[in-house]
Formats: sequence, C-alpha cells, structure tokens
Amino acid sequence: MKNEIRIEMEALPENEGFARVAAAAFITPQNPTVEEVCDVKTAVSEAVTNAVIHAYEEKGGRIVIRCSLENGLLHIEIEDFGRGIEDIPKAMEPLFTTRPELERSGMGFAFMEAFMDSLDVKSEPGKGTRIIMEKKFGSTLCGE
Amino acid sequence: MEEEFRIIDHYLMIRLPEEIDHKSCQEISRKADRMLLDSEVKHVVFDFSRTMFMDSSGVGVLAGRYRKVSCFGGKVFVANANRRIRKILKLSGLMKYLEFMEQEEENEKRDQD
Ligand SMILES: Nc1ncnc2c1ncn2[C@@H]1O[C@H](COP(=O)(O)OP(=O)(O)O)[C@@H](O)[C@H]1O
Ligand SMILES: [Mg+2]
Repeated sequence: MKNEIRIEMEALPENEGFARVAAAAFITPQNPTVEEVCDVKTAVSEAVTNAVIHAYEEKGGRIVIRCSLENGLLHIEIEDFGRGIEDIPKAMEPLFTTRPELERSGMGFAFMEAFMDSLDVKSEPGKGTRIIMEKKFGSTLCGE
Repeated sequence: MEEEFRIIDHYLMIRLPEEIDHKSCQEISRKADRMLLDSEVKHVVFDFSRTMFMDSSGVGVLAGRYRKVSCFGGKVFVANANRRIRKILKLSGLMKYLEFMEQEEENEKRDQD
C-alpha cells in the first residue's frame, strides 16, 4: 500500500534537523541500512537548507515537504516559493555557489545526486523551486 | 554549547557537535575564527568523535578554516571521523587539503576489509 506524508514548515535553520529526522522516521518501515538512512537525511538536509538560505535568504518563508513510499520506492519533493534559480545546470555544478561569503561549499546538489537514485530540479525565478528525489529500497536480494 | 574549543601548543582543537549542519556551523566558524586570532595558533584539529551527521555545510567550515591557516603554513587535521564523514569529505574533494591523524589510516584499512 502507498504511504504518504506532507509537512509544511517555516524556513528556519532550527527546522532543518526536524525535516531530516522526519524523513528518516518515514522510511523506517523499509528496514533501510544505516547508510541508506544517512543518504536520505543528507539529501533532505541539503534541499531544506537551500530553501532556508537561498530561496528565502534566511528571512523565513514556507517550505512544503512531501514524501511517499510505494513498493520500496521513496519519492521526496521539497518545495519553496522563494527567489528561484536562473540557471539550473550552472547551480547544479559541484562547487558552484552564489553565497561564498556564507562559506557555502557548493556541494549541496552534488550530495543530493550522489546519495539518491534520481534528482530533478524545477525552478522559476521569482516563483520558487521544487526538488524531486527518488530512492529505491530493498533492491538487494536479502531485502524486503 | 555542544562543541568544545581548546588550544594545546599551536593547535586549536575543536570537538565537533553530534550534528554538523547549517544551524550548528555558523557558531563553529564564528568561535573558531575568534580563537584563530590568537597568534599562538597555527593548526586546527577537527575532532569528529561525537559526530553522527554532517552535510555540505560542514565542508564549508573545513574549507574555510583551511583557507585561513594555510596562508601561514598551518594545517587542518581530522581526527576520529567515521566512515560516513570520510565519504562526505572524499566526495567534496577536500581529502588532499586535510591531514588525517594516524589512527585514521588504520580505520581506512579496516573499512576496506
Ligand atoms: N531553493 C533554492 N532557491 C534558490 N536558489 C537555490 C536553491 N537551491 C539552490 N540554489 C542555488 O544553487 C546554488 C548551488 O546550491 P548547492 O549545490 O546546494 O550549493 P550551496 O548551497 O553550497 O551554495 C546555490 O548557491 C544557489 O544559488
Ligand atoms: Mg546548499
């Protein structure tokens, strides 16, 4: 059966930890490995942090997180309604950041890509950004 | 405060918190830079013994401290980083700028077995 959760939160640094713990709790019925839990937590942390810092420039705003699980496939969407991204391919390049003064490393998208099976970024300047990620669980033989 | 800062000889030792993310990083960088003003300090040691989670915010903290101390011939050391943290550091291309404490190399070998 398909399971689904939807979380709406204020874009504040203190909610970054909550978002990744919620995602980790959501996948526990899949009996994920420690590594898989870390992968999901990191990817969610990156996307939510980007909304806090880049979309809303740390002034707060609305973030919507949707997670669903069906047949071992985790689907996560993290959406903001902030400034949006002008050049998505450029933004996704490793080490690219528009906020070096905040010591951002430019590795956020690279980590989302490395730790999830798929990553899709939809964005419109002035409207917002939606990050769509998927990860398959139990693909190993001993799974399920 | 969760992380701890100590100066021993010319080393600034930073015991990092359990979770290194955007929220905890702001404080770590601010405190570290204040202590780096102390002319005695040449190197920085990041102790990950308590750390269970780190995202790309932590990469920025290490890279930023490296930029500061390397100008004066200082080094950035990493101690007690678990396998996950090392994976993050590797992915971010930071390995060549960091010195791993001796025990780390043993961990590395153990992980590969
Ligand atoms: N939700 C977002 N809204 C607006 N801009 C974004 C968003 N997410 C990412 N970006 C842009 O993409 C760049 C790269 O993001 P990322 O790879 O996470 O690196 P970093 O966060 O370290 O800058 C950011 O510097 C920013 O310009
Ligand atoms: Mg980021």
